[in-house]
Amino acid sequence: MKHVVILGNGISGITAARYIRKYSDYRITVISAETEHFFSRTALMYIYMGHMKYEHTKPYEDYFWEKNRIELRHAWVQAFDFANKTLTLTEQGTDVPGTLTYDILILGVGSVSNRFGWPGQDLEGVQGLYNYQDLEAMEANSEGVERAVIVGGGLIGIEMAEMLRTRDIAVTMLVREKEFWDAVLQVEEAKMIGRHIREHGVDLRLVTELEEITAQGERVGGVVMKNGEKLDCQFVGLTVGVSPNIEQFRDTELETEKGILVNRFLETNLPDVYAIGDCVQHREPPEGRKPVEQIWYTGRIMGETVARSICQAKTQYQPGVFFNSAKFFDIEYQTYGQVPAQVPAGFQTFYWEHAEGRIALRINYRSGNEAVTGINAFGMRLRHEVCEKWIKGKKSVGYMLSHLRDAHFDPEFFKRHEKAIVRAFNKTHHDHTIRLGGRPAFWEKVFG
Amino acid sequence: MTAVQKIGLTLFSMGFAIWIVTLSLGQCTLTPDILSDTTLIKKEHYELIRASAAPMLGKTYTTAFSFGNAFRGAVDEVNQKFRDQQQYDKVIYDNYAFPVTKAASVGAITEYTALWFWLSIGLAIVGALMYIFPKKRLLPGIKNDHIFHHPATSRGWLGILLGTFLILFYVVLYFYPEYIVNWVILVDPISRALNGGPASQWFLYGFLYSLCILVMGVRMIIKYRHSPYQQIRSVSVMFFQTSFAFLIPEILVRLNRPYYDFKNMWPLDYDFFFDYNLNQMLSNGTLGLFMLVWGIALFVLAVPIFTYIYGKRWYCSWVCGCGGLAETLGDPHRQLSDKSMRAWKIERYTVHGVLVFAIVMTAFVLYTYFTGQSNIGPIDSYSVRSAYGFYIGSIFSGIVGVGFYPLMGNRVWCRFGCPLAAYLGLVQRFRSRFRITTNGGQCISCGNCSTYCEMGIDVRAYAQKGQDIVRASCVGCGICSAVCPRGVLNLENADPDSRVMIAPEVMVGNDMPKIRKR
Repeated sequence: MKHVVILGNGISGITAARYIRKYSDYRITVISAETEHFFSRTALMYIYMGHMKYEHTKPYEDYFWEKNRIELRHAWVQAFDFANKTLTLTEQGTDVPGTLTYDILILGVGSVSNRFGWPGQDLEGVQGLYNYQDLEAMEANSEGVERAVIVGGGLIGIEMAEMLRTRDIAVTMLVREKEFWDAVLQVEEAKMIGRHIREHGVDLRLVTELEEITAQGERVGGVVMKNGEKLDCQFVGLTVGVSPNIEQFRDTELETEKGILVNRFLETNLPDVYAIGDCVQHREPPEGRKPVEQIWYTGRIMGETVARSICQAKTQYQPGVFFNSAKFFDIEYQTYGQVPAQVPAGFQTFYWEHAEGRIALRINYRSGNEAVTGINAFGMRLRHEVCEKWIKGKKSVGYMLSHLRDAHFDPEFFKRHEKAIVRAFNKTHHDHTIRLGGRPAFWEKVFG
Repeated sequence: MTAVQKIGLTLFSMGFAIWIVTLSLGQCTLTPDILSDTTLIKKEHYELIRASAAPMLGKTYTTAFSFGNAFRGAVDEVNQKFRDQQQYDKVIYDNYAFPVTKAASVGAITEYTALWFWLSIGLAIVGALMYIFPKKRLLPGIKNDHIFHHPATSRGWLGILLGTFLILFYVVLYFYPEYIVNWVILVDPISRALNGGPASQWFLYGFLYSLCILVMGVRMIIKYRHSPYQQIRSVSVMFFQTSFAFLIPEILVRLNRPYYDFKNMWPLDYDFFFDYNLNQMLSNGTLGLFMLVWGIALFVLAVPIFTYIYGKRWYCSWVCGCGGLAETLGDPHRQLSDKSMRAWKIERYTVHGVLVFAIVMTAFVLYTYFTGQSNIGPIDSYSVRSAYGFYIGSIFSGIVGVGFYPLMGNRVWCRFGCPLAAYLGLVQRFRSRFRITTNGGQCISCGNCSTYCEMGIDVRAYAQKGQDIVRASCVGCGICSAVCPRGVLNLENADPDSRVMIAPEVMVGNDMPKIRKR
């Protein structure tokens, strides 16, 4: 019986373990230094805000692991002997290292928060937010804080801002770009989210860069910006992205660059060693995808794929139409396909925003055949399956808009926007007269 | 917290404290007139009680507690004699302590009833609304901040205190109503205005129940003002409680008609087929007959038809009074339900067990009604009936069902005990268009849905696999969908056969080839 050892108990490692158990009888060991059990790292913010406790973020009850014969080791791996397929590891709470041999090793070791060598970045009260230890640190570091500064305007930055606002801590966000997250969002969406951030009492400073973090004793006492402006603060969140956690492989035979290099089958350069999730860098990324893609969903899909490869047939990593989601304070965001920040040549875009400025829809499509290539939805829920079908099936923007009701996923009685969206499109695209199809919901007829 | 909210909280606490204090107001004095009042004490019992109650005459008791205890003692004394002589048929089972204590009450509470009403309940309402309304300032959206940090909502000291109060309240209401005559006196004027008679402890209970649903319903509407589903649903339970459960039955009584709640349904309304209820309906002409037919049609026709179309939510979280209280007063405690597999196993035994008990009990009652025989074999139908009333009707649905809100979540009764929920659940599970769909591969397993499921369903377990949530217990409150930060969950009705009961082999968003089952 083969022994599969999985390093990391995040979504990719645990998905791999679950599917390997589904497909086989192999011995499975999962090693993690972070927590004993798998929990949803995307829910860290909710623990801090008091929406949930740590135990609520565990997707499986504790008996699950024994029942499914998945051995959990709460331990640190100190050394990798890939030639002899042996790991040296120290169990949490002990200091005597032991060894563990494997037949197959899956590396799902995740990311580390970026730090760009700012003066003062290692002071007390300066931190990123990625893992459970970061959450514990944030609990301690934000105690009694009056003002916090968050450096970086991405998904983790806005989460951190929301978290700190629930404790009535004044938050200043320093964002290098012209608009919030405008490396990903087009300017209209970026502006809308920026407005919403300010609505929540966050002092959002665009086109502002950090120069240094100043100390007050051991702790952070303030920040200095590139424009010379100074700001007192007792907490600094560094949320300028994450990078694959590859430091531990530096002096090993494992080939790394930005991340652990893998082929289409998620195989590393070493036999029987696979890598999945955040730590991966694809040698040949699937079409239209980035070599390093640190997203919950792609981690999960890699876990499914690697399990299939190990237990059944060698299977390529084949994510479908790109999708992702987030929530910016109260505005939910879903994206399907490719919606780059700048509309590429040969593409057109359509944007509709509700007058209240918290609901919006963006459609990118090709100029010639008008095939839809990407969709962004804000404050409006769309059906994943339908959006994927449209993009995969290269349906035209006209087809999509006339079938917009098929993608509706908001709860019952919610105000429907299909009519307004189609009207807006027809108004600006005189060569089209799109008619909204489908059956309006009963309530739409009553109140529409 | 704003200044208005702070004042509101202070006023509410003051009102609540004064309400407790009102229990000690006034005095009680027993007069011969009260003792011989046949509307209070049956004539045959008056003769028996008179002697043992004689020492109480003219004596002033400073509280309803001491008076109630003394009078209860007087009746017990009579009963003890009968028991000693083994004359069990003569034992007095009527609760005379409550009506006599109420009649004997004099002083501040009876003279200044309106004043004390407004100082206690009135002040509490004003305070509560002052606390609730400023939340409109917050931007619309899910606002669950600090729920697990607050002692009232995380089984902390305040939650335990609140639970203790609720449990005590139900124990006193069911078994020692004479202790709370002053509260009943406070709502006497309202009772007279509605049904023309004085209030009983049940009128007080109905009044407070409706009040809680209304005030906390306003809170729901404000808290979920980004969600029309939650708002309309809250208005629905507020409407059904105030009209169907509270006002209409009182007006029927005023018109000399049987007390009837047109939305209450057997087997939740477990005494529907009790002899006195059947007799009352049958002796009330067309209206009475209509009530009987309506009551039967509800559970024979409405349950299968509406549950097929909408799921059990049409009743449990839109119409039902127990559901109404759970969804309003109980909303702050919904996250305390147990989501473990163990709890689900226990739930399936208890809730279906109560359903079987209710059916057997009703069968006994009807057998006795039609044949006139009180025994089936060695079992006496009256003791089955009173056992059900005591253990299920009082202890389970009241003391445990509501008293444990702050400890075990707001649907303890609905989940573990309600026989109607069990019946609706069977229809929903096996033949209904209702399901909660999951949105492709968008779940991030965060756990908000499971945490805020009042019925203790591990919603996430389904969502992260891409499987529809089809569960007998789901009351369709829609909170899982509301708290989901990724728009994954949606309550939908469609062809029953289109429900995704088995998780897809490969979820949406992964183009890995599917392997056909060999």
